[in-house]
Parts: sequence; structure tokens; C-alpha cells
Amino acid sequence: MSTETISAAASAAATERSRTVPGGLALSWRQFLYWYTFFYRTWRGTVMSAILGPVMYLTAMGVGIGTLITHGLPGGVSYLSFIAPGVLAATAMQNGIFEGSFTVLGSVKWAGNYWAAVNTPQRPQDIMFGTAMQGLARTAGMSVVFFAAMVGFGTTHSLWAVFALPVALLTGAAFLFPMMAYSITLENDQPLMVVFRFVMTPLFLFSGTFFPWQQLPAWMHPIAFATPLWHGVELCRELTLGTVTAASAAIHLGYLLVALAVGIALARRSFTRRLYLER
Amino acid sequence: MSDLPGNVGRVSEPIPAAEVLIRAQGLVKTFPKKHGEAFTAVAGIDFEVRRGEVFGFLGPNGAGKSTTMRMIGCVSPVGGGHLSLFGLDPNTAGPQIRARLGVVPQEDTLDVEMRVRDNMQVYGRYFGLPRAVIRERAARLLDFVQLTDRAEDKVEPLSGGMKRRLTIARALINDPEILILDEPTTGLDPQARHVVWDRLYRLKQQGTTLILTTHYMDEAEQLCDRLVVMDKGRIAAEGAPRELIERYATREVLELRFPLGEQEQAAEKLAGIGERLEPLPDRVLVYADDGEAALTEAYRRGLEPLTALVRRSTLEDVFLHLTGRTLVD
Repeated sequence: MSTETISAAASAAATERSRTVPGGLALSWRQFLYWYTFFYRTWRGTVMSAILGPVMYLTAMGVGIGTLITHGLPGGVSYLSFIAPGVLAATAMQNGIFEGSFTVLGSVKWAGNYWAAVNTPQRPQDIMFGTAMQGLARTAGMSVVFFAAMVGFGTTHSLWAVFALPVALLTGAAFLFPMMAYSITLENDQPLMVVFRFVMTPLFLFSGTFFPWQQLPAWMHPIAFATPLWHGVELCRELTLGTVTAASAAIHLGYLLVALAVGIALARRSFTRRLYLER
Repeated sequence: MSDLPGNVGRVSEPIPAAEVLIRAQGLVKTFPKKHGEAFTAVAGIDFEVRRGEVFGFLGPNGAGKSTTMRMIGCVSPVGGGHLSLFGLDPNTAGPQIRARLGVVPQEDTLDVEMRVRDNMQVYGRYFGLPRAVIRERAARLLDFVQLTDRAEDKVEPLSGGMKRRLTIARALINDPEILILDEPTTGLDPQARHVVWDRLYRLKQQGTTLILTTHYMDEAEQLCDRLVVMDKGRIAAEGAPRELIERYATREVLELRFPLGEQEQAAEKLAGIGERLEPLPDRVLVYADDGEAALTEAYRRGLEPLTALVRRSTLEDVFLHLTGRTLVD
């Protein structure tokens, strides 16, 4: 144990400074620091699974199943090149949903760390944004690893491909915030299982990730178009295959940004309700 | 003291009343019920807390103490009436007020998977304190709550008393001007309670302003300079513990137990002894300034209690008198 040499005057000055409350970004950053400390213990396992997951996925789905599928894909691309950007976006969605679920529910029901944070200068929205920052940081990290694997497997066919990364992150964010808004209202994890099984999995399978959306029955097309994931998958694929146009980029980006804005508003509202208004 | 020339020959001024840190007037909190009518947890209470005093909220479960604490802690909106801390409005200056408070919640909200020292660190960061400052304070505070040798351990295996002491240490990390404790010793065994009381007593002697809620009258009597007795969302009485006992109870109490079935008859025979009788389900309390004399009189009237005990009046008696109920059901 090291003995610190902080003078009483310096300590008092630090207290004085701590009485001035900074803006929302700095407060959110404090919440992010909490999560940094919290997850620091487990970073090795997280990195391992982040690397192993996509490599296994691309090998099994692309190289394994892909060799059986030799025709019928738009543009005549290989199956691996077709699904890789889709899985990039879908995995970002999955990460967004996971990060917005157990972390939030655990903080409010099991670990109780939100109930500690509310007693500090943190406001509910700072707690929300700080938690989202850490969820997005992890999603970004996973996406970077996945993208590196995609490059390694030779599935990026255009320089536009680098923009698939931020689009994937945006797709993750479009799911992270609504999920946080929902998770903070819960009392146990049963409803989360329902979301995973009946929302996340169907989205994962039927948003054009593994096969062209045109294959879906016509009545399902509007449903696909309505999900942010479809827009994320389509835009990521157009970027990595180099088929993107200004119009399609504008539509997909616009949709994702609107979904993000709505999600943030919802998350802000339900965090304020649970952590402040309804106490 | 320095002898400043300007002070020479001046008549000593009256000691100024200590600064009021918290002021509540007609404070109300109502919760909407899911179905049906609203539930009023705090039904219009007034109080003031001054710098350096230990102020208590005494009352049974459901009296509105914790709800009041949450409004004071600016983690729940003021439902009605007026509340100010440090002259600031909780509805608009919550973060600024919370930066100056330390809070020990009723339920421990520690990070049980983190080490003791890390708990201090993450909490201190919420206040924007530099790491080095937190490290120095954490060492000092963990020493104060006698947890230095557990600093590198995880929180999970610590005893209930240790966790509560850690929560107290954590709440002091920002050098708060007011420390709020919601039932600080509920759920602790007697020995652990005494250790917590001892630490709180030291804080009191150092001049820290403490606000605490409790349903233990001995806790309130030992620690509080001033307290309010709460019942059903209202303040039933306010004052120093001794003052309240003098006002609402006699100096002594005679507690008599009778065989089953004979209590009612006995209570009738006791009529007129002491100032007041309080028949409870399991015993009869006789309020008298001289308990021994009251007991002698009871024997003289031919009563044969199973047990007889003369004790000093406590806040429990005050509460019983004011509400007709005991503090801990």
C-alpha cells in the first residue's frame, strides 16, 4: 500500500472543484469510466470471444455452406462476400441488443450500481448515455475485429467498404437505445428472453442477412423495410460490394438516424422515469 | 485566537444561530396507484436542519421516512410544498446539491464483485475527483471504518456490518457537507450496530451534519440532537430526545405482566396509579414519576403480576403515546 502525499489544501481544492457540476458529456464520461473499471477484469475473455466468434462464423457459413451455393446471388458474388457484410450489421445489432439488456437490468435490479450513481451528481440521462457509450465502445470493438476478419477472408470489394464499419455501429446504436429504454422498465430477465427469441432471432434471420430479401414472400417485404436492421444490412453490403449509390445511402442512413433519434428519446424518458420520477 | 484591534473593547455578540442547511415547508409526496386512488407517503411536513447537528426521523416502517430521505437526497422529485438545501432548489439544482451530499441508502448498493478499494475509486470518480485524491481519501476513510486490512478484498464475502461501514466510507469520499443515512443499522447484529454507532458518533463529534432515519429508539436517543417522530406521513412531534420524553412521558415506567386472561381485570384495578395507563396485548404500562412507589401501590391493591419492571421512559413511550402503537411491530 503506497502512502499518498496529497496535501490538505490540494484535497480541499479538489473538493471545491467537485462542487461545480460539469456538462452532460463530462458526466456521461464519468459513467463510462465506471463501466471501464467494471469490465476491466474480464477484457481478456471479451477479446477472445470477439475474435473467435467472427472467424468461426465466416469459416462455417461462408466457406462451409458457401461452397454449396454457387449461383443465384445478385451480381454473381460469392456467398461469403454476400453474407459477410450482412453478418457484420446483424452482429452489431445483436451486440447493441445485448449491451442494452443485461447491463441495464443488472444495474437496476441485481448489482444496484445505478442506485448508487443516482446519489452522485449523475442525472438519469448521464447514466443512460454513459452506459450507452460503453455499449457502443464494445460494439465498435467487436465490429472492428469482424471487419478485419472480413478483409482477411477477401470479402471487401471496394474502398467504400471502410464506411461499412460506422454504418454497422449506427445499426447497433439503433437497437441499443430502444433496448435500454425497455430493459430499465423490467423487474426480471424473463421478458429479455422473449425479446431475444422472438425479436432478435427473426430479425437476424429474415432481414436479408443470409439470403437476398427478394426471396421472402411479398407480404413480408414491408416488414423487412421497416426494421432498421434491413437498412443496415443493405447499406453495409452495398458499401463492401461497391454498389452503393447516393440515393440508397441517403435512404438507409436517414432511416437509421431517425431510428437512433427515437431510441435516444425513449431511453432518456424511461431512465428518467425509473431512476427519478417514479421513486 | 488573534487579537485584532477592531475587536478590542467590543461587547461580545450573541452566538449566531447555526446556518440552516435544509428547510422543508409543507413537504408532500404522493404516488399514483396503478389502480384506484393515489397513495400519500408524505403528507405535509415542516422541518429545518442546521449545520453541525444530528437530525433524526424516527418512525415505524411505512411512516414516510425513506420517501422524505429520497426527496432530501434529490433522487425523487418534490411532490408538493417547499424544500431547499443549501438555499438551492432540488428540482433545478439536483446535481449541484448531490455534489455536496453523502448518502448511505437503506440497501447496500456496493459493487460486490469489485474490490473494496475499487468501490471507493469508482464512486469518487462520479464526483470528478482526481484518482490520487481518491486514493489518499480512501486510505484514510477505510482506516476510519476499520476496513484497511480488507482494502484489497472483494466486497462479496464481507459481513453485513462491514458492507455498511464501507457504504459509509464511500459516502464520505466527496467530503460531504451533509451525510444522509437511511436506517443505517437495520439488519445488523447488535455488535455490528454498536460499531456503526461508534463511527457515526465520531463523525458527529467532528462536526459533520448527519440526517438519519431509524425505527430503533435507542439509536435515535444515542445519536440525535434533534428529531421528528413520524407516523403515517406526518410529523407527530419534534424536539430533542430528552425534551420529547419529558413532554410526552413520565420520568419512569412500570411494566407489569399478568397471567393470561387476568390482564383486563388487573388494568381496571390499576386505575388511578401513576399519571396514565397503557394496556398492551402482552403487558400493562404504568406511567409514573416514581415507578417503585407505583409498584408498591399495585401490591397494596392485591395485584400479583408475573413480572414487574421499573425503567426510565424512552422514545418508544413517546411514540406509543402519540400514535397508540409500538415502533417495531
